[in-house]
Amino acid sequence: MAQSTTKRKPVGAMIVMGVISIALYTTLLLKQDMINETFAKGGMYALLPIITAFVFSYFHGGFTGHFWTVLGVEAARKKKEVK
Amino acid sequence: MHDIATSFINLDAITILYLFGVGFVGGLVSGFIGSGGAFVLTPGMMSLGVPGLMAVASNMCHKFPKALVGAMKRFKYGQVDVKLGLILGVSAEAGVLYGAGIQEKIKATYGDAGSNLYVSVAFVVILATVGGFVLYDAWKTYKSGNANSEEKAGKLASWVQSINIPGTMVYFKALNARVSILFTIPLGFATGMMAATIAVGGFVGVPSMIYVLGAPSLMASATELVIAFVMGLGGSLKYALHGMVDIRLAMIILAGSLFGIQLGAIGTTYVKPFMIKVVMGLIMVIVLFSRGLMVPVYLSQLGLIDKLGDTSVKLLKNSSFAIMIFALLLGAFIVLRAMWQGKQAEKLQHASGALEHGKV
Repeated sequence: MAQSTTKRKPVGAMIVMGVISIALYTTLLLKQDMINETFAKGGMYALLPIITAFVFSYFHGGFTGHFWTVLGVEAARKKKEVK
Repeated sequence: MHDIATSFINLDAITILYLFGVGFVGGLVSGFIGSGGAFVLTPGMMSLGVPGLMAVASNMCHKFPKALVGAMKRFKYGQVDVKLGLILGVSAEAGVLYGAGIQEKIKATYGDAGSNLYVSVAFVVILATVGGFVLYDAWKTYKSGNANSEEKAGKLASWVQSINIPGTMVYFKALNARVSILFTIPLGFATGMMAATIAVGGFVGVPSMIYVLGAPSLMASATELVIAFVMGLGGSLKYALHGMVDIRLAMIILAGSLFGIQLGAIGTTYVKPFMIKVVMGLIMVIVLFSRGLMVPVYLSQLGLIDKLGDTSVKLLKNSSFAIMIFALLLGAFIVLRAMWQGKQAEKLQHASGALEHGKV
């Protein structure tokens, strides 16, 4: 039996993640003075850059992952498991 | 704190594009060999006027989320040994702290030039020995015609795996063997020390996982991303406590590097394992020349050789930076080329398979 190789491209997920990602970057650049001032305080404020990095990596990482998939750049089908 | 606040650079479109671009190429190489990019990013930020410590801190803060995304991607391909990465990562964190302490002492005693000379000499010695060996090993594999066969643990790794020290043995998936953590601790520590000294711990971490522990190249480079995550997270927190992270720079570099790291990770599924060694070895050897060029500059600043003219210093500095960028671009080119060839071969295979199926 022939196995179907066609998969649905995650266009919707890419757009959602992309829009959130753009919103995050826009906020970061528009509010950069306030953000810099707050993050430079150190101490307990040290958690802010760490949390920011996690949040950006989640949304932008999701977006970039879907972006390549939508473009058809995906892992080789044969070599999924490498030992 | 006021000093820190006033040292934030102004961001214009060109600076943003530059950081994004370097982030992309650095991410591409990191996704493939597990590390890289930092040696260009940190001086690259400094050339924009970012103070040294802030450049290091901002680089760290882009590194850990990038490594996290890369590790998760490669985990899906079955290439990551989380346990090995975490165990090495914790000892690497200790190495980072120790390495940073040494750096501070050298800086306090011999000044900036002394510190730079120490970093350059460490670069040259480590890259010449480890990089030369990695490249030689890749060449040997290529010439032997065994590039397609499964990698086997070398003599040293087989010996390490044969040592049984009760109470310290841990099973690692990447090695398919039990190894004493008394071997992994110094390796992690050395990786961390390298990260604190030359900013690229993976140049020690990946080869040591391959040659000392016996991990296959693909698993070693993927597991390095876990180590980079642990080290980067700890380092970022340390710098953030002093308000040293410029989150704008870190996130812009991250924007480019997340595109790159996904691509680099995908690339590993198309290539023969020895290609990891080729890319890593080549980058290491080229960067070695780049840092080697800077040694006379620091020797002259310390008064150990005749003073160099301003023009000579500028020429050496610019050449050194250009060679580093070349190393990164060459690595990225090889990754993309190997990926393209792999993809074409896969298409051809599928096409001929479909043709045969049609005939039957």
